[in-house]
Amino acid sequence: MSAKDAVVKDRRNSLKVARGLGSSQSGVSHWLTQRVTAVGLVLLGLWFVVTVLSLLHADYATARATVAKPWNALLLITFVLTMFWHAVLGLQVVVEDYVHTRWKEVVLLVAIKFLAVLGALASVLAVLRIALTP
Amino acid sequence: MADTQRPLSPHLQIYKRQVQMMTSIVHRATGVALAFGSLLVVAGLIHLAAGDESYSHFKGVVGSPIGMILMLGWTWALFYHLCNGIRHLLQDAGFGYEIPTFVRSSWMSVAGSIVLTVLAWGYVLTSGGAA
Repeated sequence: MSAKDAVVKDRRNSLKVARGLGSSQSGVSHWLTQRVTAVGLVLLGLWFVVTVLSLLHADYATARATVAKPWNALLLITFVLTMFWHAVLGLQVVVEDYVHTRWKEVVLLVAIKFLAVLGALASVLAVLRIALTP
Repeated sequence: MADTQRPLSPHLQIYKRQVQMMTSIVHRATGVALAFGSLLVVAGLIHLAAGDESYSHFKGVVGSPIGMILMLGWTWALFYHLCNGIRHLLQDAGFGYEIPTFVRSSWMSVAGSIVLTVLAWGYVLTSGGAA
């Protein structure tokens, strides 16, 4: 699109669009990532539920050996990362919608991201410890 | 939130309660509940990695009466968010916007989540009790 066409479509100064009410261009990627992780979680979530149910009465050695299997370890790590990613995106929308005090909103958003990164890394580390220690 | 005074739309209590409104609210609520539940997944993996004793302790806590009630709640939340999430994905793809379809698919999310919860817990209870 040429600059001339853009002017005809939108007469606002581009700085005016960028500031305040204008699109920041990142909403689409948030929306899309939420959907893509959702599709992933449909499959990974069902797999996770079935795996947990199969380990219900397993003793420690069996549970550990199951998680240590390469495919299970891989899927488990994928599940945990996708889950935390999806949770961060979802919680972000909830906080932005319902927390109307700016500083509380920012503190919550940052705290959620910190916790999610901690949770995701702790899970990955645990799975790796199980999968890589004989 | 914007500092300017803008006209507000009527709030929730103005509207008649409808199933498609409840499914939307409950989708968010179960999403938040599941986000807290994700910490249980982390705890489970850490205890499994830490050793036999630690894992037994974890299973004991999850298998306690309060743990079981929470697990039942999380099971339903997961299946509800799953069913209604699939419904939302189909709607995002452009399907099911006619009002009767929209209402019917809302009830299908509710019914599907209950059926899946019953199936999962039926397995838990018939396979020799939990944990």
